Amino acid sequence: MSGLVLTDFSVSHGAIAAVKNLSFSVEKGQLAAIIGSNGAGKTTLLRALSGLIPATHGNATWNGHSILGRKPEDLVRAGIVHVSEGKSVIPELNVKENLALGGIWRKDRADVAAATEEVCNLFPRLRERLNQSADTLSGGERQMLAIGRALIARPQLLLLDEPSLGLAPLIIEQIFDAISQLRHRLGLTVVLVEQNAMSALKIADIGIIINVGSLVTSGPSTKLLADANLRAAYLGY
Amino acid sequence: MLILDTLLIGLSSGAIYALMALALVLVWRSTRVVNFAQAGQAILSTYIGFEAMNRTHNYWVSIPFAIIAGAAIAAFVDAVIMRALSKRSHKGSVSEIAPVIATLGLLGLIRSLTGIIWGNAYVQYASPLSGKGYSIGHHTIPFSPQNTLIVIGALLVMASFAIVFKYTNLGLALRASSFQPEISRLAGIRVDRIRTIGWAFSGAAGAVAGALVTPTSYLSPNSLDLLLVSGFVAAVIGGLDSLIGAVLGGLILGIGFAFILQYVGTSVTFSAAFIILIVVLFLRPRGILGSQIGRRDA
Repeated sequence: MSGLVLTDFSVSHGAIAAVKNLSFSVEKGQLAAIIGSNGAGKTTLLRALSGLIPATHGNATWNGHSILGRKPEDLVRAGIVHVSEGKSVIPELNVKENLALGGIWRKDRADVAAATEEVCNLFPRLRERLNQSADTLSGGERQMLAIGRALIARPQLLLLDEPSLGLAPLIIEQIFDAISQLRHRLGLTVVLVEQNAMSALKIADIGIIINVGSLVTSGPSTKLLADANLRAAYLGY
Repeated sequence: MLILDTLLIGLSSGAIYALMALALVLVWRSTRVVNFAQAGQAILSTYIGFEAMNRTHNYWVSIPFAIIAGAAIAAFVDAVIMRALSKRSHKGSVSEIAPVIATLGLLGLIRSLTGIIWGNAYVQYASPLSGKGYSIGHHTIPFSPQNTLIVIGALLVMASFAIVFKYTNLGLALRASSFQPEISRLAGIRVDRIRTIGWAFSGAAGAVAGALVTPTSYLSPNSLDLLLVSGFVAAVIGGLDSLIGAVLGGLILGIGFAFILQYVGTSVTFSAAFIILIVVLFLRPRGILGSQIGRRDA
């Protein structure tokens, strides 16, 4: 099957199971929002999907091929790119260098240049700050830079960990708009992990709600948004 | 004239300390290991240069042999020993210190190995350049053609590092991997391989130091041990994290050393390095160019 399929996916930190028997699938081209409170296992799930930590049980496939046991740097080459939590940029490098990292392994240098240009068009603030140290960027600009770097790898599956973390509401809206535009334009499959349930579900096709590592429910995001019980219990508004 | 003479002495020894400090900083930045084996690696590469010299009777040909050997030894130490060690000791109080202790063990091992192969006696690894100072009129300055080679060689190493680190993708990968290994992996960089390349650069810098400084004295399995101490002090003065800091630290130490020996006396030779270290750290606890940005925990 095409897309991302998780079957009985489990991840443990030592004796503690952080993700328990999670099964869901995200079709190619869909945007899935994974919703859950702090400590629900969202970050652990993404880290296991991108190969940073091992899964302890179950399986995960992308377009029919298992992605378990593969290194992050190999998964990047297979089109699976993870933007980790906390505006993952390298503050010691400048903006241009941070962007260059995204395509550093790619042979097609002309396309790296083209992708860099596209990112600068998408986020004009990055173009203005190309020679500035990433350390001097605002939170929103750092998030743009992290997403921009991921795009230069020409991903098929983008794993985004809490892009709204610590950002002002107006900036969150801009970032989510950009994500929404991008995935339509590039035909990306996106797994978006968020505590900010409302904003995430608004741009998502499907929502997957998890609590202490287990699946609570999943379904079309419009349906989840309309469910009064869910709203009260998990979506927090 | 005396001040100028002292400066020149300091410049030449400072250049060597700077190379050794560069070697230590390159490893520290990428692996967070204080590499005590650096002195051993440099002695082994210098003996390989010495061996090449004995066979080819050409000092200039022996230098590239020493450099390649130094890079290969360092790459081997990282890829075979350090990588296995860091994968096996993920948790526990020993994990942080185990690689450092391993480098100490390696230092001893390489020393005895060179002793077994080449013997423990002092030997000459001679350069065709004179070790006698240039004469200006009646005055002979304490700076010889070999000292000139030392300074030029060190400058060449520094310039090539600066170009690689600043202007190439390899340099970008080296910097990124040492600052943020996890983000680098997520960007697609094979951090393990890049680290090994960083070690190879470090080994090459140490090899240049060994091959250039040894003709000014003699070669024995522990003839570079004091250089390890000076290189380490220079690296700490420079902030331990910064390549430019390592160079500055080397020069400060070399020149400071020369002035202390000239104006205070030879009895403080060994303690002078530590006096300079303490003074600098009092004035700038982070070292001259130590990082102010918080780094990864590991």
